Amino acid sequence: MLSTKEKEEIYEETRLYPYPAAACIDALKIVQHHRGWISDEAIEEIASELDMSVEDVDSVATFYTRIYRKPVGRNVILVCDSISCMVMGYESMYKHISDKLSVHFGETTPDGRFTLLPISCLGDCDHAPSLMINDDLHNNLTINSIDEILEKYQ
Amino acid sequence: MIKIQIDGTFYEVKGDRNLLETCLALGFDIPYFCNHPSLGSVGACRLCAVKKFADADDKKGRVVMSCMEAVTEGMRISVNDPAVKTFRAAVIEGLMTNHPHDCPICDEGGECHLQDMTVMTGHNYRKFVFKKRTYNNQNLGPFVQHEMNRCIQCYRCVRFYRDYAGGKDLNVFGSANHVYFGRHKDGILESEFSGNLVEVCPTGVFTDKPLKKHYARKWDMTNAPSVCMHCGLGCNIIVSERYGSVRRVMSRYNGSVNGYFICDRGRFGYEFINNPDRIKKIQFRPSKNNNLQEAREVSETGLSEIFKSGKVVGIGSPRASLESNFALSALVGKNNFFHGISGKEQKLIQKAVSILESGIAHSPSLKEIEKCDAVLILGEDVTNTAPMMALSLRQASRNKTLGIAAKLGIPKWNDNAVREMDQDTKSPFFIASSFSTKLDELADEIYNAAPGDIARFGYSIASAINSGAPVLIHPDEKLQNRVRKIADALSAAENPLIVTCITSGNEDILNASANIAIALSTAGKKPSIAIAFPECNSVGLSMLDGGSLDEAADTISKNGADTLIILENDLYGRLSLKNADSIFEKCRQIIVLDHLMNETAKRADILLPASTFADSVGTIVNNEGRAQRFYNVIQVAEPVKESWRWISDMVKISEKNNDYTWDKFDNVVASLVSSYPVFSGIKEKMVSADFRFFNEKIARQNKRFSGRTAMNANISVSEPKPPQDNDSPLNFSMEGYKGDPPSSLIPYYWSPGWNSSQSMTKYMDEPEGHLKEGGDPGIIIFSNKNKSSVDYFKNFPDPFKAKPGELLIVPVYMIFGSEELSSKGETIAERISEPFILFNEKEITKLQLIENEKSKFIINQVVITAIVKHDNKIPDGVAGLSVLTAGMQYTDLPDLGKVLST
Amino acid sequence: METPLTEHIKENRPPLRLSDYEKVGGYRGMHKALKEMAPADIISLIKSSNLMGRGGAGFPTGLKWSLVPKDVPGGSLKYLIANADEMEPGTFKDRYLLEGNPHQLISGMIIAAYAIQARKAYIFIRWAYKKAEIIIRNAISEAYEAGYLGNNILGTGYNLDLYVHSSAGRYICGEETALINSLEGKRGLPRAKPPFPATSGLFGQPTVVNNVETLCWIPHIVENGAEWFTKLSITGEGGTKIYGVSGRVNKPGLWELPVGTTLREIIEKHAGGMKDGYRLKGVIPGGASTDFLTEAHMDTRMDFASVRTAGSRLGTGTMIILDDKTCPVAFIHNMIKFFALESCGWCTPCREGLPWVQKILESFEEGTAKTEDIGILEFQTQYMGPGNTFCAHAPGAMEPLQSGLKYFCDDFLKHIEEKHCPWRRL
Ligand SMILES: Cc1cc2nc3c(=O)[nH]c(=O)nc-3n(C[C@H](O)[C@H](O)[C@H](O)COP(=O)(O)O)c2cc1C
Ligand code: SF4
Ligand code: FES
Repeated sequence: MLSTKEKEEIYEETRLYPYPAAACIDALKIVQHHRGWISDEAIEEIASELDMSVEDVDSVATFYTRIYRKPVGRNVILVCDSISCMVMGYESMYKHISDKLSVHFGETTPDGRFTLLPISCLGDCDHAPSLMINDDLHNNLTINSIDEILEKYQ
Repeated sequence: MIKIQIDGTFYEVKGDRNLLETCLALGFDIPYFCNHPSLGSVGACRLCAVKKFADADDKKGRVVMSCMEAVTEGMRISVNDPAVKTFRAAVIEGLMTNHPHDCPICDEGGECHLQDMTVMTGHNYRKFVFKKRTYNNQNLGPFVQHEMNRCIQCYRCVRFYRDYAGGKDLNVFGSANHVYFGRHKDGILESEFSGNLVEVCPTGVFTDKPLKKHYARKWDMTNAPSVCMHCGLGCNIIVSERYGSVRRVMSRYNGSVNGYFICDRGRFGYEFINNPDRIKKIQFRPSKNNNLQEAREVSETGLSEIFKSGKVVGIGSPRASLESNFALSALVGKNNFFHGISGKEQKLIQKAVSILESGIAHSPSLKEIEKCDAVLILGEDVTNTAPMMALSLRQASRNKTLGIAAKLGIPKWNDNAVREMDQDTKSPFFIASSFSTKLDELADEIYNAAPGDIARFGYSIASAINSGAPVLIHPDEKLQNRVRKIADALSAAENPLIVTCITSGNEDILNASANIAIALSTAGKKPSIAIAFPECNSVGLSMLDGGSLDEAADTISKNGADTLIILENDLYGRLSLKNADSIFEKCRQIIVLDHLMNETAKRADILLPASTFADSVGTIVNNEGRAQRFYNVIQVAEPVKESWRWISDMVKISEKNNDYTWDKFDNVVASLVSSYPVFSGIKEKMVSADFRFFNEKIARQNKRFSGRTAMNANISVSEPKPPQDNDSPLNFSMEGYKGDPPSSLIPYYWSPGWNSSQSMTKYMDEPEGHLKEGGDPGIIIFSNKNKSSVDYFKNFPDPFKAKPGELLIVPVYMIFGSEELSSKGETIAERISEPFILFNEKEITKLQLIENEKSKFIINQVVITAIVKHDNKIPDGVAGLSVLTAGMQYTDLPDLGKVLST
Repeated sequence: METPLTEHIKENRPPLRLSDYEKVGGYRGMHKALKEMAPADIISLIKSSNLMGRGGAGFPTGLKWSLVPKDVPGGSLKYLIANADEMEPGTFKDRYLLEGNPHQLISGMIIAAYAIQARKAYIFIRWAYKKAEIIIRNAISEAYEAGYLGNNILGTGYNLDLYVHSSAGRYICGEETALINSLEGKRGLPRAKPPFPATSGLFGQPTVVNNVETLCWIPHIVENGAEWFTKLSITGEGGTKIYGVSGRVNKPGLWELPVGTTLREIIEKHAGGMKDGYRLKGVIPGGASTDFLTEAHMDTRMDFASVRTAGSRLGTGTMIILDDKTCPVAFIHNMIKFFALESCGWCTPCREGLPWVQKILESFEEGTAKTEDIGILEFQTQYMGPGNTFCAHAPGAMEPLQSGLKYFCDDFLKHIEEKHCPWRRL
């Protein structure tokens, strides 16, 4: 069941559009904000809230990369792997994180603390290499700074 | 007309379709995937590329997708330009990087549009050396098999299923090079039209699951043009056979009827033919209390006794051909021939036919329904009783949008653009029904009421349209406002359509519909009335003389009968147990002709195996008044015989009237027409058995039909002579006319380079157009008498008032289960629900019923057990009971009933 | 040198609040437009300024607005959308404008919306721009409070509501019609054109989509006139442009410079030249979907026409430097991987072609490529060329590849000959 809070937030979004289904992406993001990811049940709940079929909601959900249809950890590390960050050496940053946390792209640490994912250009190319953890952008990364940054997320 | 230039040659074209379809109509082989004449184009597959030149001097040109180009005056294009040819081959090459190349084990193999296009574009050498992506498949229920690895992402499936047919539970997931077409989870596809995916999908992603159980390649099947027997619409089908059993049914194009599609009942309903309960032998019961015994032959002397001495009564059937019904009536005499349907139903059908014939309203084809711009449905659940009409109505609801789009310069074929331009406008669409229906989602106004009140609603609409109509004004102002809104919308429409009903068993609704039509025509409109007649030949039968079943029972109980002959009819599905039993008790001898064992057949003294539509030729008349011929795909195998042939034998034995013995189908037709000149068209305009096309018969088998010599090798190695067919101009072999046959005789679709059903286009004047060589099959029987003044019906029923403790039980028809023959196929049987009864939730509480549990009800002395379900659109005091031909006793609905126990 | 767009942006300082921005002249253009100008006047002013869209395609903005029907039957809604999706790799200019001066964009949107008589406007902002989103939302509240948004703006009777929609990922949503689908809550698939959004856009209504930078220009042009705008540029295309440089340069960043500034000046002067020990090998001039330029093109003036003459596109004007220590094949492979991943999956050439190209480039890096593969790559660049695909995504992706094959063919061949990447130590 969607929580009252989720419902209220979704309702607010539906008011910006001519019909409820137009708020589908917003609804997915709201539920993901509260639950971390979008389960099959969440798809069903959103579908009934917006008067859509589950297929309609899932079709949208699976199109967008920032909608997680699989569980993620408490913190999601998004390492930019696009061109400027590549030139500036994202690969060694990734390797460092990967070794340190013993996870590869697409994996979650066994303690559920981190999920590590690649991300397309973060629009922060003049401060490459960059990464995002949850809602926070971190840039001009070095191996040392990464260690410090990761500490902040438990 | 518009002039265009293709590779240097000028052509005159109409210009209302896109460039691709225009070129296809001209005979050019432009490859394509995502375009479909009925679905329009979306430019996704990029296969239909051609070169377009800016003007006469342009040497370079530019690549365009022909499906996304409008045809304009003076347009100059090239189909064969080397650059576009290379590009088209590259598109296939791209698709092949992931396609599994599993043609040998793929059910689509040999009739695969992807195979055809691959060959057509000339891609044949694989340069891609990497791994292919793979998917898991889903179980989509009993009808459709899923194999996603074969997908070429043309998006046709979802566009048909969702956009065209209104389905919700199939969609596309993922993105980039991982797009997946399926359901959210495994499960049965809910749409009544899911089987069309098999034909709409250009490759083997969606294939025919029942076919898989008894698979044969297209080129190994014998085919015949036929007509669907499973509802009153008469959709055209192709029936395919191998080794004496029917393997599948596909849609056969008829531009005026079903177009490219058929419903799932029609596609998968054929399996009753292969049912182990098929009556294949003559069975005989020496004395009444014994079981039927196999009999070598019907005792001639015994029969002649019967026919000479006694009174013989015949009961016909709305699911038997005109010819068989006529034969029976000829044998027993018009006065002793009865239609085999209840008096109430007979009256309704005859009235409906008389309305359609009177000329107060046009009887529209399904294609014409698609063009209507305002729809009022009175009391019919079209999706369940006439599924393909529902599909047409869905298209009709888009006409307003299409009109707006046209004003903005967006042509109909630019499908996504039209849908994006206008996402919620619908043509005026109104529904009055006793319960919720699937088409409700299209409706601006829904009025839920008891059948009598639906009629009153209709009467009030008529009086709001034209003051000359008998006046009925609802005291409830809100309701009257809705009436006015509907009246205004119908009056404002160019092509208003009223869909009215027989199945709800209420004559007032028919009368009210007629009143609306009269009111509209008085106001200078040309209204149409569409009616879902209950069975495939309800209309044809109604045009023969004869009484009803009730009258048959009366006659028999009054005067008795020595012999009763029942033609392809289970009386226990039409009469209460008591009434049916009483008929059988009063007759000395019962002769039953039918395909399948049923309650009636069990009571036969002589049971004669009658051929089905698959092993006989016949004519039936659909809801529109269109007589259509079905042809045999299987050679009838002794002792099975066409019913008319059995009857002819009886005539011979009885030595009654030698005018009524026939050894050929055409002779029955001739007798029929001389007795009933109304049918003269079926003799004059339909082809006879001795018809030859360029001196040849039409081959039922593909030119590549293989294995003929090996087929019977277990019996004899010498190749048998192909069976002779004296009843039709079709051949049971591959020998025959090579070319497009006359439109009514197309046994399969094939054209050089086009092995899939996409080759249909080659048989038409243009995509989605009309068939060449004779036009759309069928002959309209209704004589539009064009009466100048028809009188309004005047007697309104009283408003419905629920009495305490009493329920008005209305029938709820089901696409799967309500029709007798299709219900007897094993695949359809999987989709038939248990008997259920619908109430609104308040009523369930009030009656102390428990939802989803079985309860007992009594309706006119018949006790029914059904699962209680809720439908909040059902009015208080009303219940909707499922109509199922099996597992439920017959009761005549609507009727009053009450709860017996919970 | 005037820098109207970035004048009031200071790094390490929050953006100006509405009242502070007004003190330095903010919203003046908006007042002028709404009080003194008819919508048609604004459109003709923008037309005469020859402002070309800053979203990458360089379509004339005034012309785009003029295609919106004046009177919509039934008086239905029209929409304005600010495209703040910015996902083109190497591009980071809109973020700067959004975070640095939100009111500049808002005032531009009010004028643009008024000019086309839109009553609803959306800012479609990239999900990753969290900080920008907060800043924009606050600024919108301020604008509502000041009566610049909502009903009866400045007593003119004109109503406008402005909403923020934050996306859910996917580069293709920056393509204006895919953006519209996404804003409608659907899969972000591009739409067929025609009909163009000006005829049938968001929810089927006439719609204009403009880039953030484009819209930021509007108040300035209204305030100072078309001639002023034209004179800002060196080459006459008009205005300044926010140019950016990323890669191995000494001072990566963004600068607002007159349109027509040379590539050399941008890289050597403003970006501080190459880092020690690195040489410039190539430049992607305007985001990942533009063709390489090389040292030979250093004197190219960075405007739409000159860059086109040099064989590339100005695009977003944010350039990525390929240095001599980076493998060009890996460089291109990285971009192709991005494009393959971000394909919407609608049309065949892009959906099937990009992954194939990506796999071939991967095989170059792994040292398993064969000589024929160069031919396949070359063919694919034509196969996915403009017109062959449904939208401009795949043709854009092919630009760095086709020019890369031209300029760095030797490097491709070396991978084949040496059976490994020469830049990767064995
Ligand atoms: C694949 C693709 C991605 C695009 N991404 C963006 C983008 O992120 N931001 C943007 O402003 N324009 C983007 N565009 C261009 C837009 O389609 C559109 O032309 C632009 O927003 C119009 O604004 P303008 O006229 O102000 O330049 C993209 C185009 C394509 C084909
Ligand atoms: S080129 Fe085709 S598949 Fe690629 S993004 Fe555009 S429409 Fe989608
Ligand atoms: S048929 Fe034209 S693009 Fe598919």
